[in-house]
Amino acid sequence: MKILVCISKTPDTTAKIAFTDNNTKFDTNGVQWIINPYDEWYALVRAIELKEADAATSIHLVTVGGADAEPIIRKALALGGDEAIRVNADSHDSFFIASQIAAIAKQGAYDLIMAGKETIDYNGSSIGGMVAELLDLPFISLATKLDVASNQATLVCEIEGGEETCEASLPLVVSCQKGMAEARIPNMRGIMAARTKPLKVAEPVAADVLTTVAGFGLPPAKAGVKLVDSENVGELVRLLHEEAKAI
Amino acid sequence: MSVLIFIDQAEGHIKKASLEALTYGADLAANTGTTAEAVILGTVNDDLADLGKYGVKKIHQITGDAFNQFDTQVYTNAIAQVATTTGATVLVFSNNVNGKALAPRLSAKIKAGLVSGAVALPDTSNGFVVKKNVFSGKAFANIAVNTSVKIIALSPNAYKTTATNGIADVVPFQANAATPKVKILSVNKASGEVPLTEAEIVVSAGRGLKGPENWGMVEELAKLLHAATACSRPVADAHWRPHNEHVGQTGIAIAPNLYIAIGISGAIQHLAGVNRSKVIVVINKDPEAPFFKAADFGIVGDAFEVMPKFIEAVKKLKGVA
Repeated sequence: MKILVCISKTPDTTAKIAFTDNNTKFDTNGVQWIINPYDEWYALVRAIELKEADAATSIHLVTVGGADAEPIIRKALALGGDEAIRVNADSHDSFFIASQIAAIAKQGAYDLIMAGKETIDYNGSSIGGMVAELLDLPFISLATKLDVASNQATLVCEIEGGEETCEASLPLVVSCQKGMAEARIPNMRGIMAARTKPLKVAEPVAADVLTTVAGFGLPPAKAGVKLVDSENVGELVRLLHEEAKAI
Repeated sequence: MSVLIFIDQAEGHIKKASLEALTYGADLAANTGTTAEAVILGTVNDDLADLGKYGVKKIHQITGDAFNQFDTQVYTNAIAQVATTTGATVLVFSNNVNGKALAPRLSAKIKAGLVSGAVALPDTSNGFVVKKNVFSGKAFANIAVNTSVKIIALSPNAYKTTATNGIADVVPFQANAATPKVKILSVNKASGEVPLTEAEIVVSAGRGLKGPENWGMVEELAKLLHAATACSRPVADAHWRPHNEHVGQTGIAIAPNLYIAIGISGAIQHLAGVNRSKVIVVINKDPEAPFFKAADFGIVGDAFEVMPKFIEAVKKLKGVA
């Protein structure tokens, strides 16, 4: 079984969020970049676990972005990907990105395509579903468990107020979230090996851009906390009931 | 221009998030001088005509065994057929669990630009621009949709449901059913509990509670307030609580009316999952806990002393002995 894992570069979870160019661009000044946590901890690490359990033969990684995405891809290779493909294009919108990933997936004839449930920057939750549609494949969204045996995947995924267990034949697209795998960090051997693993650069296929960012903004700051004395908890309940009308 | 809203249901009951989507779609239709129609798949126990009170004029119902089980391919194909037949130019989903699976598929299928996680009605004064949250609620973006057909997936709890008078015309729609490729083996639903993403009130606790055996008071308060329970990442990682209760940047993002955080320091990653809550209450014994900066109300105190008093005061308010 060949797995393709979709990797996105995102600002670190503690990065300061600010904008430039009249609020039309994210201010990358001083920002540390990481692998999108959902892509890394859940999709990629579960793929590695499947390979370690001999359920998968190879793990390829795909990202859409400029050369500045390469350190992130190398880190993903250090964790345990076998080779990577970078589609050399700006990540315009989710449909454009999904079109690029679908083209790579078609060429590589992968059995399983895994993505994080969303990126922590655009929070679109769109890539998995779009790739599945472009390839006419079944799509399991928000999966928390994934096992594969003899061309059949068994999954657990989130539903409102619970979870369901389902099965589907490969090929399949899965979006992954918490529960699927435990986070790991690359070891020295992995980091050394990643230096010589193949990182191919592919030119983008023609694809439409359906949406554009007109501008960004920051939410209004909170007015400040109203502290209530710990001996007077009844006052908090009164405030929540009468002032905030929240209970 | 006309608006088509997808009504999501589970076990024959319409989800609360869909009532928000209906109100949103009807308001959008009213603002742009058109009508709102809706589509629902599968057999439903609730009174569909009654959904007219949210402003929807006509509901296309697709029934048949093939539609009683949620399947992204079957549903996407059927909704696309309704969209084509009705000539819909804006499709509205809730960005809930099923919406996140369907809206992107449909977007790719009919090449309609998608805004997922929308928090306000579109600005149509110059094009079609929709506000959504980005950077896990730390910022918002205005997204211009450049296609003739547009899809909006509305963030749950972002748009207030309003009901007036009205009866919707419920009409059957004959759709071709695609062959489902995913087989559902079992469903495990905590009955009687409020789903976290739909909850108006969430009671959440962190490492400050010291161990899973102390969650009784969290559950008691949640029950009194008809709230869902949640937890911070360290608590889920230590398996004190299940992963599906973890709210935060790498867990679930929620936007309830009231978020009560007990013994959670408020790391930036946790805040990213809850910062869209309308009212935040923080109970923490450390006055320097960063969460107080993001809170509306706070108590500096030990959870084990404050919580019993909190529960008593809520009981008094609710008239529970």
